[in-house]
Amino acid sequence: MSMVNPLAKARGHGSAKEGVHHWYAQRASAVLLIFLTGWLIYAFITLAGMEYPAAREFMSQPLNAAFSVVLLVTMFYHAVLGLQVVIEDYVHRPAVEVLLYFITRAGALIGVALGIIHVLKLALGA
Amino acid sequence: MAEFRLPANSRIGKGKTFPAPDGAKNTRVFRIYRWNPDDENNPRIDSYEVDLDSCGPMVLDAVIKIKNEIDPTLTFRRSCREGICGSCAMNIDGTNTLACIKPIAEISGDVKINPLPHLPVVKDIVPDMSHFYAQYATIKPWIRTQSTAPPDRERLQSKEDREKLDGLYECILCACCSTSCPSYWWNGDRYLGPAVLLQAYRWLADSRDEATGERLDDLEDPFRLYRCHTIMNCTRTCPKGLNPAKAIAEVKKMLMARRGI
Repeated sequence: MSMVNPLAKARGHGSAKEGVHHWYAQRASAVLLIFLTGWLIYAFITLAGMEYPAAREFMSQPLNAAFSVVLLVTMFYHAVLGLQVVIEDYVHRPAVEVLLYFITRAGALIGVALGIIHVLKLALGA
Repeated sequence: MAEFRLPANSRIGKGKTFPAPDGAKNTRVFRIYRWNPDDENNPRIDSYEVDLDSCGPMVLDAVIKIKNEIDPTLTFRRSCREGICGSCAMNIDGTNTLACIKPIAEISGDVKINPLPHLPVVKDIVPDMSHFYAQYATIKPWIRTQSTAPPDRERLQSKEDREKLDGLYECILCACCSTSCPSYWWNGDRYLGPAVLLQAYRWLADSRDEATGERLDDLEDPFRLYRCHTIMNCTRTCPKGLNPAKAIAEVKKMLMARRGI
């Protein structure tokens, strides 16, 4: 039986005085993704049935390459924010929590880096 | 951690059955959660067959009848019997509500009664509300001002400003909404829950209060406020027809408004 006053427990360590940014960034990136997914569908339709050289030509247009990079960054950023909420919600063992944060963030960084490198390879023809 | 199975000492066993008195024609089975801290037994569900012809219309009438006439050991909270005190909040037919304003006729089949979900149980359908009340105290639910009060009258409020408190002041803190919220189940130790956040907004929306900034500071926290994921169970279950989810959204909007885009 705990002898700590319930009010002390409820007040805990006080407010972290943050959270607005995370909440806003998650929603802003979601709205951005709606538009970017529109471009992605357009790209898929255009690329369908195209030969490889023509597809490379499409991807080397600066606007298409730029959209690809922005889509990759936004998508992984949004995923990291969302997964963070899931982990905070359901995982309550600090060691597991830290490990999962690391895995999701490292995974997202590698995903973004790999994605951008591939877009650049296509666009610049290396 | 999300829990998918009850701990071994909380698993519910089969309970006793109390048949209806002879000659009762219009009966209904009430299946009620029972647990006694004074013995070592697991919780059980007891079944009471109640003669509705000699019973009031609400679930609370039947529960009181069971205690008076069938099984005096049944333990529950009740007081006003008209939906204003919040004491008889319990899970009836799968939804948190007030037993005193829930008509038996609205329920089809057996009436299943459990304590409010995911709170420690004191006995039978009486939950431990200490943490819930302590969380309410953390938001300092009273007017906070810097200016001195007028010496000869109250602090005035326009009719329009008073209307902003409609849909907020009616909350009776029965905890139906908070204990229906999955976020509150998994993170209730730190997440304030819909009832307390609605009360927090009640003071943020009060034109006479002068501590809006401090109140927002105290709420801006990934756990205290932002565990709300707009699940909306709170609004769906509120026995007073209030909308805690909207109040929480208003708090989030206020936090956005003070930082600029």
